[in-house]
Amino acid sequence: MTVFIEAAIKVAVAFVFIMLTTLVLVWAERKWVSDLQNRIGPDRAGPFGILQTLADGLKAFFKESIRPTQSIYLLYLVAPIAALIPALLIFLVIPIGAPIEIGGTTYTLQVMDLNIGLLYVLAVSSLAVYAITLAGWSSGSKYPLLGAVRASAQMISYEAAMGLALVPVVLLTSTTSIAGIVDAQQGTFGSFIPAWNIVLIPSFIIFLIAGFAETNRPPFDLVEAESEIVGYHTEYSGFAFALFFLAEYINVFNMSALTVTLFLGGWAGPVPSFLPTWIQWLVPVFWFLLKTWAFVFLFVWVRATLPRMRYDKLMTFGWKRLIPVSLAWIILCAVAIGFREFGAPWS
Amino acid sequence: MEFADYLPIALMSILGIGFAGVSIFLSKKLAPHNPTPEKLAPYECGIVPLQDPVIRFPVKFYLVAMLFVIFDVEIVFLFLWAVRMDQFGWVGIGAVVLFMLMLIETLGYVWKRGALDWNVARRARNRRVVAPVATLDEAA
Repeated sequence: MTVFIEAAIKVAVAFVFIMLTTLVLVWAERKWVSDLQNRIGPDRAGPFGILQTLADGLKAFFKESIRPTQSIYLLYLVAPIAALIPALLIFLVIPIGAPIEIGGTTYTLQVMDLNIGLLYVLAVSSLAVYAITLAGWSSGSKYPLLGAVRASAQMISYEAAMGLALVPVVLLTSTTSIAGIVDAQQGTFGSFIPAWNIVLIPSFIIFLIAGFAETNRPPFDLVEAESEIVGYHTEYSGFAFALFFLAEYINVFNMSALTVTLFLGGWAGPVPSFLPTWIQWLVPVFWFLLKTWAFVFLFVWVRATLPRMRYDKLMTFGWKRLIPVSLAWIILCAVAIGFREFGAPWS
Repeated sequence: MEFADYLPIALMSILGIGFAGVSIFLSKKLAPHNPTPEKLAPYECGIVPLQDPVIRFPVKFYLVAMLFVIFDVEIVFLFLWAVRMDQFGWVGIGAVVLFMLMLIETLGYVWKRGALDWNVARRARNRRVVAPVATLDEAA
C-alpha cells in the first residue's frame, strides 16, 4: 500500500510539474522567437505575458469542436489522447535531481527507475506515431491522411537513427537504467573534466538531430507546415487540437531532458558544501533544469534560424546519412572499447 | 524488478486519460455548437469533395515501415549485447560486427535499388538504368 501511495504522490507531482513547465515553455518559446525576430511577442496576459498559454488554452476550451461528417468519430476523439499519453509517460523515467535522504530513507527524484529504462523510452516514443496515424486516418479527409502518412514515415525513419545513436551510450555505461546512466557519468577525466557521455560526439549529434525530427520541430516540421501542406490535425478544432499542441511541447521538454540525462550528466554539477542541507538537495535540480532549458532554448533558436527542409531531403538525410554514420560509429565504438577492456584480440 | 515498479505507468495513463477526457467532454458541453453542412465537410480549401476520402497512397511508405521494422529489431538485439558486452569479449564484438555488416549490406541493396530515393528526378534517372527487372520504384 505504501508503494501505491508513494507512486501516486510522485505521479501527481510529475503531472503538475509537466503542466507548469509546458505553460512556461510555450510562453518562453514565443517570447524568445519574438526577441530573435525583433518583435515584442505576447505581453498582454499577466506580467510579461506569462499567462499567455493559459489564455490560449481557455480560448481553445471555449471554441466549438466540430464532428466532421466523414470521420470515424471514436478514433477521432481517441487520437489527441493517444498523443498526450506517451508524452506524459516518457517523463516518468527522467531523474530530475540526486536522490534525497530524509530520516534514513532514500527518495529518488524520479518517478520510476526501470532497469530497461532506455528501451522503455524508445518503446513509448514509438507510440506517438499511432496518435498521428489515427488522427489523419480517422479525420475522413484526404489531406490529413496524406499528412499523417508522411509524418509517420518521418518519425519512424528518425526513430531508427535515434535508437542506433543510443547503443554506444549503453556500451560505455553497461546499463539501460536511466538512473544508472546518470550515475555512470558522475566521475571525472583527470581531475576536473566531467566524465559525461558527450565524449561520444557523433552519437550526441545524431541523437539531437533525431530528437528534432521526432518532436516534429523545425527544421523538420513538415508535419504541420501550415503555409504549404496540410497536416494530420487539419480537421481538429477546440480542445482536441490544443491537446496535440500540448503533447508537442511536452515532447520538446522531454527530449531536452533526455539529451541532458543521457549525454550531459543529468543532474551532475558542483554542489557547494558550505550551504545548508536543504539547499544542497536543490542544487542538482537546479543544474538539471539549467541544462535542460539550455536545450529548450536550442530548439527555439533553431526554429527561428533554419528554413524548413524539403521532404525528399529529409528522408535522404535520415536513411542515407544518419543511419550509415551511426552504424559505422557503433562498430568503431565496439572495437575501441574492446581494445580498452580486453586488449588486442591477437595478444 | 517487481511488477509494482511499473505501477506509475498505469497511474499516469489514468491521470492523462482523465485530464484529456474530462477536458474534451466539458469543452463540448460549454462551447457553442452551431454546425452547418459546410463546416462539417472535409477541409479541401473550399472545393466540394468529389472523391472518397480514404485514398490510396504510394507503396514507398509501406517500404519505409518495413525497413524500420528491420532496423528496429536490430537495435533491440544490439542493446541486449551492449549491456553485457564485457562478458562476451572479442567473440561478441566479432559476432555483432558480422551481424551489422549484413544489415549494412541490406541497406546498401535497398539504397541501390532506389527504395530510399524520394527525389523524383533521381528516381527517373535510376529507372532508365535498371530496365529488365521491375524495380521497387515501379512498384511504387
